Amino acid sequence: MASKVLARSLDRPAARLVIGLAPAALVWVGAYIMLRPIANAITYDLFHLSHDTRLGSAVNFFLYDTPKVLLLLTGIVFLMGIVRTFFSPESTRRLLGGRREGVGNVAAAGLGIVTPFCSCSAVPLFIGFVEAGVPLGVTFSFLVSAPMVNEVAVVLLFGLFGWKTAALYIGLGLAIAIVAGWVIGRLRMERHVEPFVYEIAVGQLDSAEALTWSDRAARGIQAVRDIVGRVWPFVVVGIAVGAAIHGYVPQDTMAHIMGEGAWWSVPAAVVLGVPMYSNAAGVLPVIEALIDKGAALGTALAFMMSVVALSLPEMIILRRVLKWQLIAVFIGVVAAGITIVGFVFNLVF
Amino acid sequence: MVKIEVFGSGCANCQRLEEMAKAAVVNLGIEAQVEHVTDVKQIMAHGVMATPGLAVNGKIVSKGRVPSASEVMSLIANVLSEEEA
Repeated sequence: MASKVLARSLDRPAARLVIGLAPAALVWVGAYIMLRPIANAITYDLFHLSHDTRLGSAVNFFLYDTPKVLLLLTGIVFLMGIVRTFFSPESTRRLLGGRREGVGNVAAAGLGIVTPFCSCSAVPLFIGFVEAGVPLGVTFSFLVSAPMVNEVAVVLLFGLFGWKTAALYIGLGLAIAIVAGWVIGRLRMERHVEPFVYEIAVGQLDSAEALTWSDRAARGIQAVRDIVGRVWPFVVVGIAVGAAIHGYVPQDTMAHIMGEGAWWSVPAAVVLGVPMYSNAAGVLPVIEALIDKGAALGTALAFMMSVVALSLPEMIILRRVLKWQLIAVFIGVVAAGITIVGFVFNLVF
Repeated sequence: MVKIEVFGSGCANCQRLEEMAKAAVVNLGIEAQVEHVTDVKQIMAHGVMATPGLAVNGKIVSKGRVPSASEVMSLIANVLSEEEA
C-alpha cells in the first residue's frame, strides 16, 4: 500500500523533486543543529579559550554566526529562487496594468518581493510598466519594495536579531513602499518622466516558459550560486568586524554616537546611507555589532533601509527615464518614510 | 552568418552573458557575430523588460537571467536546428 502511494507520487515531478531534495534538506538541518556545539568545541576545547575573555567571546561569535548566516542564506535563497520562477516582470506588469492606486500600490509592493528584479534593468522595467498603463505611483511602489524587501536583508536580520526584527523589517519596508508610491502618485509627477518613454514601442513581451520542476530547482541552485557566491565574502568579513567590535569595543561607546538619546541620529543614518551602495550583507553584521554596543535598533534599521533602497547608481540609471525633479521627490519621499520608521522604532523599543 | 545579440545596459551580468555567448560560438564552431545592444529603444522593441536578454537571429531565447554556459550553447544550437528544419 505504502509502496503504491510512493510509486504513484514518483510519477508526479513535484513529488520526485521533494524526494530528490530530501537528503540535502536533512544535511542542512543536521548542520544547523550542530552549529552551536561545533562552535563551542572549537573555541573552548580546541583553542582552549575561555568564555570570559574578549578573544574567546569574539572567536565564538564568529564561528557560530558565520556558518549560521551562510546556511540560512543558502536555504532561503534556494527557496526564493524557486518561488521567483512562478513570477516574471511580464506577469507582474500584466497584473498591475490599469490597476487603480491604493490597491495597486499594495499589490505592487507585494509583487516587488517575489518578482525577479535587478536594479540594472530598472529602465526597461519602468518603460514596460508605463507602457502597460501601470500608474506612476504604483510603479514606484514596486521600485521601492523590490530592492528593499529582499531575501538577503531578511535572512540576515532573522539570523542575527531573530524573527520579530525580520518580520518588522518586511512589514515596515512594505509600508514605506506603499505609502511612498501613493504619495508620488498624488503629486501627479507624470510630466517629469522623460517624454520619450511614452513614445517607445514595446515589442512582444510574451515569455510563457514551460518550466518543469527540475528546471525550477535548477534555477534555485543557480540563484544560490549567483547570490550566495557574491555575498559570502561580505558576510564573512562583516561578521569578523562584528566579532571584533563584540569582543573589544567597550559597551556604551556606540550608545553615545548612535544611541536613542540623540534625535539627529536617525536622519543622519539615512543621509549617510543614500550615497552608499552595498547589499545588505555588506552593512548588516556591522550594524549588529553597533546594536550590541548600545546603538538604537531603529537607527540601525533606518541606515540599512537607506543603503539598500536608495542608491546613487540606481538613481543615475533612472535619470535616463526620469527628470531630476522626480528623482529628487523619489529620494525625498522614501528617505522621509525611512526616517519616520526609524523614529517610531526607537520610540517603541 | 549567425547573428547573436545580447540586450543589456552594460551591467556586470550583461557582460558576463556576452562573454558566454562568445565562448559558445567558439565551442559550437559556428560563424557568428555577437553584438551587445545597449540602446533602450531597441531593447524594448525586442520585448526585453528584464536584462540581460539573449537573441539568436532575432529570436529571443532568454531574458532576465544569465543562463549557464552549457545552456547558452544549447539555446543557440536549438534555434539553428529549428531554422534548418
